[in-house]
Formats: sequence, C-alpha cells, structure tokens
Amino acid sequence: MKLLKLVLRNSFRHRLRTSLTILGLALAVVAFGLIQTFIAAWYSQAAAAAPDRLVTRHAASIVFTLPLSYKEQLLKIDGVEQVTYGNWFGGVYVDPQNFFPQFAIDATTYFEIYPEFIVEPDQYEAFLGERRAALVGRALADRFGWKVGDMITLIGTIYPGDWDFVIRGIYTGKEEITDEGTFYFHWEYVDEAMKQQMPGRAGQIGWFVLQIDNPDRAAAISTAVDERFSNSWAETLTETEEAFTLSFIQFAAAIIAGLRVVSVLIVGVILLVLANTMVMTARERISEYAFMKTLGFRSYHLIGLILGESFFISFVGGIVGIGLLALVARLVAAALSNYLYGFAVPQSTYFHALAVAFVVGLAAAIFPIQRAIRIRIVEGLRVVD
Amino acid sequence: MPEPIVQVENVSKSYYRDSLEIPVLHDISLEIPRAEFLALMGPSGSGKTTLLNLLAGIDQPTSGHLLVAGKDIASLSDGDLAKWRSENIGMVFQFYNLMPVLTAYENVELPLLLTKLSRKERRKHVETALSIVGLADRMKHYPRQLSGGQEQRVAIARAVVSDPTLVLADEPTGDLDRKSTDEIMSMLSRLNSEFGKTIIMVTHDPRAAKAAHIVRHLDKGELS
Amino acid sequence: MIPVSYTVRNIINHKITSALTILGVSLVVFVFAAVLMMSTGLRETLVATGSDDNAIVIRQASLTEVQSIIPRDQADIVKTSPEIAVATDGLPLFTKEIYVLITLLNRHDGDKANVVVRGVSDKSLELRPNATLVEGRMWREGTSEIIAGKSIAERFAGCGLGETVRFGARDWTVVGILDAGGSGFDSELWGDIDQMMDAFRRPVYSSLTFRLADPSSFVALRDRIEDDPRLPLEVKREKEYYADQSRSTAGFVSILGTVVSIVFACAAIVGAMITMFAAVANRTREIGTLRALGFSRLSILNAFLLEAMLIALAGGILGIAAAATLSFVRISMTNWDTFSELAFNFQLTPGIVLRAILFAVVMGFIGGVLPAVRASMKRIVDSLRAV
Repeated sequence: MKLLKLVLRNSFRHRLRTSLTILGLALAVVAFGLIQTFIAAWYSQAAAAAPDRLVTRHAASIVFTLPLSYKEQLLKIDGVEQVTYGNWFGGVYVDPQNFFPQFAIDATTYFEIYPEFIVEPDQYEAFLGERRAALVGRALADRFGWKVGDMITLIGTIYPGDWDFVIRGIYTGKEEITDEGTFYFHWEYVDEAMKQQMPGRAGQIGWFVLQIDNPDRAAAISTAVDERFSNSWAETLTETEEAFTLSFIQFAAAIIAGLRVVSVLIVGVILLVLANTMVMTARERISEYAFMKTLGFRSYHLIGLILGESFFISFVGGIVGIGLLALVARLVAAALSNYLYGFAVPQSTYFHALAVAFVVGLAAAIFPIQRAIRIRIVEGLRVVD
Repeated sequence: MPEPIVQVENVSKSYYRDSLEIPVLHDISLEIPRAEFLALMGPSGSGKTTLLNLLAGIDQPTSGHLLVAGKDIASLSDGDLAKWRSENIGMVFQFYNLMPVLTAYENVELPLLLTKLSRKERRKHVETALSIVGLADRMKHYPRQLSGGQEQRVAIARAVVSDPTLVLADEPTGDLDRKSTDEIMSMLSRLNSEFGKTIIMVTHDPRAAKAAHIVRHLDKGELS
Repeated sequence: MIPVSYTVRNIINHKITSALTILGVSLVVFVFAAVLMMSTGLRETLVATGSDDNAIVIRQASLTEVQSIIPRDQADIVKTSPEIAVATDGLPLFTKEIYVLITLLNRHDGDKANVVVRGVSDKSLELRPNATLVEGRMWREGTSEIIAGKSIAERFAGCGLGETVRFGARDWTVVGILDAGGSGFDSELWGDIDQMMDAFRRPVYSSLTFRLADPSSFVALRDRIEDDPRLPLEVKREKEYYADQSRSTAGFVSILGTVVSIVFACAAIVGAMITMFAAVANRTREIGTLRALGFSRLSILNAFLLEAMLIALAGGILGIAAAATLSFVRISMTNWDTFSELAFNFQLTPGIVLRAILFAVVMGFIGGVLPAVRASMKRIVDSLRAV
C-alpha cells in the first residue's frame, strides 16, 4: 500500500502517546493472558487424566467410604484389568494453612496404575518395606524443605491423633502437568490403627481406581460396575478419571466464571485505551484529512490511513504484550510452583490475544473513520485549533 | 522628567539552539516614564516580543538589569516572579488567550483569584473592568460566542482588572480588522489618558502605533 | 487557586475522551468492588449463621463438622453440663446433629454440587433464632421427611416443596421450606437425626449445639470440657465457629481479586495518562497564559492533578454504581472450608464504597502526576508561542 509510509510516520508523530497506548495494551494483554493461563492451569489436572482409568466412589458423595471387599468383585468385571484404591487423609501439617493433599493408598498397586509418577527404584523399595513410609512429590518436598529420611508428623482431622511418617522417597512427574504436590503413604498404616481404635471404620476406602483394557468401553464398564453394586447399602458411582477430577475442580467454578467475566472486561479496557488514542488523533488531524481530500485522496484512502494506524498500534501492543506475558508467566509459574501445577501459557492464549488485537484495532477505528468520511473540505480546513 | 517606571540597562538576550548561540537583543538600554504609552515597532525577528517578555518577567535576560518600579526583576526567583507578575503586570496577547471554558466574567476574574480580595470585592472589580471595555452585557458569554474584537476587549479588561503597574500588549490588533483595531486602540489610549496606565505595546501596524506617545524601533536586536 | 470550574468544564468539553477514560476507570473499580462485595457477602453470611449465645462442640482438631465424629457416650456427658439453658418443655436446649455431604444435581444446568444434609432434633429450630419454617410443615418423627433451606429448594432438583430427592438409598419428601434469613442454614437440608443416622449407617454424631443460660459462663464450660480426659472435644462459640469457615474462601477471593484489580488498574492508569498528556498538549497556550497572569507552577500542577483525579472519581462513582446493582444478585458457590455449597449475596458496605473510591482517586493521581508535572515545567515563552 502506497500510504504505508504515512501510516508509520503518523503512528510515531506523538511518540509518547503511541508508546503509552502500546504499553497500556500490552499490560492489558498480560492481564488477559495471565487469567487465561490461570484457568488452564486450574483445569490441567483434569487434562492430565488418563482415558483408561475409571474412578469408583460412593454414590452419595465422596465423604462416604466403600468397603475394601468390593475390590475382588471389581476385578471380576469384564474389562477391568487392575484395581487400586486410596483414601483422603486430611491431616494438618503444623498449621491448617499448610494445606496439601494426603492420600492413604495401596502401595503395591497404586504406582502400577499411575506410571506418570517416577520414583527411583531403591527409594520405592524402601517405601514399600516400611509401614510409616511416605512418598512425596518433588514440589511438595521443596515447599517444606523435606529430604529423604525426614520425620513428619500430621495431625489427623478425620482420623484422630498424631501420625508420624518417614519420608522414604520423592517422586517426580513424567509430564509437565503431572502433579508433584501430593503426600502418599500406606493405607494399611491408617487401617491398623482403626482396627484397634474404631473397628467400625476399618476396612474402608475412599475410592477405587480401575485400569481398563479399552478407553472406548469406559461408559459400558462404568455402568456395569454401578449395576453390580446397586441396591447394596453402599451404592457406587463410577466415572472417568477426568470427570472425577473435574468434580473436585468444580468447587472453584464460581471464581473461574468470575475470572472469565473479568477477562472480557479487560478486552473492554484495551478497547477504551486504543479508542481514546484514535479519537484524539482523529480530532487533531481533521484539517489534514480535509487537505488530503482537496488533493484528490478519496474516503477509502483515509479509511486505510486510520485503520492502518489503529491496527499498527493494536498489533504492536498485542505482540509486546504476548512477549511480556511469556516472561511474566514464567515468573508466576516459579512463584506458584508449590501450589499450582502446569502454569504454562496455552498456545490458544496467544491466538486469543492476537484476535483481541485485531478486533480492538478494528473497533477503535470506527468512530474516527466516521468523522473523517463525514468532514466536508471547507469545514475541515476551517478548524485551526 | 519624572522618575522612570521602567529602566532597561544594558540588557542582552541570546537563545541557544543546540550549541549555537542566536543573539536576539544586543545591549539595550531604555527608560520609560510613568503613565507613558510606548509603541515598540520593528520587523519580525527584531526581538521586540522578546523585550516585552523580559519586561513581563516571563523570560530572563542573558545579561543586564531590568528595573520595574525600582525593583530588579532579573534577580527574582521563579516563585517570586510569578507573584510579582500577578501584582504588577497586565498582558494582552495577539490571539487574546482567553480560557475557552470560562465565561467573559470568569476570564476577567482570573487574576483576582491570586489576590486576597473577597468574592464580593472581586465582583465589583470585574464589573468595573468589563464596563470600561463596554462589555458589561456580555459577562456570561463564552469566548466562542464573542467576536474577535470583543474577545480582545475582554482580554484588556483582564489585563487591567488587578490595577497593574504595567500593561503590556503584544500585537493586540494583529488578528483584527480595521474597525476593531480602532476600537482597541482608542480603548488603550483611554486607559492611558484617563486612568494613567503605563502601556508598552509591540506592533508592526503603523495605524496602531499612531495612538502611542512614543514610538521606538527595534532592528536586529538594537534599539534606534 | 485556578478555579475548579476551569477543570470541570475542561473535562465536560472533551466529552468523548473523558467518557472513554471514565469508563476505563469504572471497569476496574467495578471489578475491585465486586470482589470485595463477594468476600464480604460470604463472610457476613457465615457470621450471621452462628448465634452469640450458642456453643458448638466438635471433635478435637477436626476443624469443621464434616470431619467431626462424636460417640453417643461423649454426647451424653456434655448434655449434663449445668451451663446449658432450659427449653420451654423443661429439657436442656441442646441438640445432637449429624452433618453429611451429598452430591445433588442443579435443577437448571444439571451440574453436581455438594449439599449439606443435617440430621436434627426437635430443639434444632429453637436453637437457631434466625431460621423459621416459612412454607409447609416440620418433618414428622420416624418418617423420611425433610425440610429444605430456601436456597437449596430453588437450586437443586427434587428439593422443592412436595418434591422427592434420593440419597442414602432412600427417597425423601420435602415437606417444608426453611428461611434462615440469608444465613448458611438456607443452604442445608434438615431431617430427623435418627432417620439420617440409619440411612447413612452412621452411629456417631457430628456436632453438639446448645444455648448457654448465661453467655459469660462459656469460658468455664469450655475449659472444663476440653480438660476432661474422657472428652477429646473442642468447644467454640457458634458465631466464631461459622465465621472461621469463611476464612479460606473469602481470603482467596480477596487476594486473587486484588491482584487482578491491580494489574487491570495499570492499563486504566495508562489510559488516564494518555488523556492527561493530550489535555496538557492541547492547552499549552492556556498554561502559558495562566503562568503569565501570575499563577505559580504549583497551581498549574494542582489544576491538572485535580482534573485527573476528578475524571477518576467520576469513574469510581460509576463503577461503584454498577457494582451496587450486584447487591441484588445471589450466588452460590462451594465454600472450601466445608466443601459444601453456600448461597450468599454480594454485599456492599460503606467501607467498600470508601475503598473503591479511594482506589479510583489513587489511579487518577498516578495517571495524572506525570502529565501535571510536565504542564508545570513548561517554559512560559514557549507555551505562549504554541498553537
């Protein structure tokens, strides 16, 4: 386009204003991107779920337990290859603020079904060989400065008393989104104590994890499991691991919904900032536009000029914002690594940011274009100050 | 000859662009008696506006002394100078320089906001000033609702409302037609003769300069 | 010293630019206020749930009723405490309750949520002065009848008056609607405790709640129970117990919201800066004139700062006005401390209004300070020459 040079020169006529506009857009793009990344990270646990794993829990709610005796019956169901189980422990480490998930699990089968947790063979052997042993995630160990061999005491909220553990292993995740913040230990440890103190609560587990032979049969197998236990006193609900994880993540649904609204509002702010700049520019240049018309330039030339400038600023702002976002996201990820996993900017966010830049660039130009088209040459030239 | 109200002693002024020195005024000396009406004439670039700005205390000489009513204004600090201006100087500009968002009344009232006068006293002063320039009926009008000549009359009212020592006018008729020029000049003459105001006016219009008692010419930074 | 009318009329004169800037600030203030209103609403709802005269007993270290387990024998010991007030029927104003979470489906979108089922006794309602039965009748002893808090009745399938909901391997009929005045009990289902214990096969209680005859006897009672080796229990004032439950969620909402608001505010501040720099540039000659008239640098600085802060103030008021409409919105979300659904209103308080307005004005100040300094630093001679 022949007017390209003029578009660029115009964009830099008010260097300060253009830079500020670009800065404003970039900041808003960063905020927009961080929110999207946060939401994606929040759901990354569900994304990390394997399609060939099902979770069976009590039909009423997760707070109710199932008898361990269901395990043998589950193994008999067609398509179920392996079964493991776990229970929510809910202990407090020093202070309730130090929350992290603690699972009492069946040590021999659990890690067969979850190959994404990688632990050194000798550490794994040590873990298996000791009742009070615990296996903790790398991020969790870093958060509290734990090392292999450390003694940890958790105060039980669901299972009364003080519980002592020895850290025997530290696991790492195979994928970037694999959770590294969980505390695993032997289900038998809790169960033995229950047998002595509260026999009614012995032999109970929170949920079963089923490894199935074919992910495509997940629905059929789920139905088969739940039918098997219907009309027993502990009815079950079986769903894919993804659905199970989502039901936990759902507790923040209202906040996530709120964040989505905010990210739309941010697009609004981006638009306001750019529209403001474009309106000012148009007002200052009315006489120039009128003069260009006297030279024989047509309305579409002016449209190109204004739109070009608007797009130029919005895209530079968008690209600077994307660059900043990549940088800031890395810092945030490092700061949050103890609490939130998989805080990585999804590729779609970059495309969304560019799409926003396009829409905003277009929308901000509408009003100035209207004005530029409407001016009559004589009027335009009369405007001096 | 009475005690001069303005004494300009060996004043020089240069501007610097990059490291280049551009001399504007060269060793100017000038005395202006009280209640005088002086016109400074000269071609553009002769330095007449610069001299006026120095007298108004909005620019500083490179060397020399400027005494107004016995006070050397070249030595005043920025803050003292602002206060001094509000008490001693009334300015009239070529393009009127009225605040477009304020009414004629409010524009004239502006300099009085720097004094300790009460609202009631200010009202009296503003009404008097506006009636001297014949615009008592236009008090509530905004500048854009007035003609060029009327705007300049409001500016003159603003320049005299605080009863300054000096009234300085920079091309006051430069943007006006002949009829308005005559109106403005007769108004300035009246301020000089009837109210005893000392007026220094920069102009390149001989028709305007006729109203002054003394006409001095500046050329290439030198007074003749 | 420069008249305020000069500042105000300049804002009005540049309609579009001012309006765009005001809108930008208002969006930020809206988000800021909405977040504060949300966490306040959550906290106030839980604070209103507990009563000052009541004490609640749960198992030591169990944090909430969800995890708490109290065997019958321990409950009976507590019941004999002399500090407990006497009800109209001459018996202690005391109730043993069980508290379980069940998964129910949202009536409208079918989403799953955890809902509280409370097994209650005939004294439970009397102990909660904020809760009254507004529709239908109370459950009858020995039947599978329940009453539903009004938020639950509206939101969850099978929980409306006369409807049937299935949990604990039984069908329960809703025979009454409970209005707890916007407190946490509005988000619960209540039924006969014996029926609930039977349905959920739970032989133990979750909590004990009772009225103190004399509220000042609380400390003595607490110390006695907590020191009793037979009772591994914790005693709390009911109001404090519920107030504590808002801590995690309300805290998270306000921290997240503040961080988002601040990042968001940066963009709006830049917007205000652009507007103010343009205002300064457009009015260069006016600035020169004012200075020539004798106005000081400081008064120029003040005039432009005031302009920026007034624009932001207008944005703040607009944002607060928009946020105020949220007061009529009732939302329901999971309270993380109890892991159950809780319905509450966004709540606007004078403190929030003040903070939001202050936030806006500070934004205006930050956005305006550089342009105002630039305006005040201009040389008079140059400014007068500007077109």
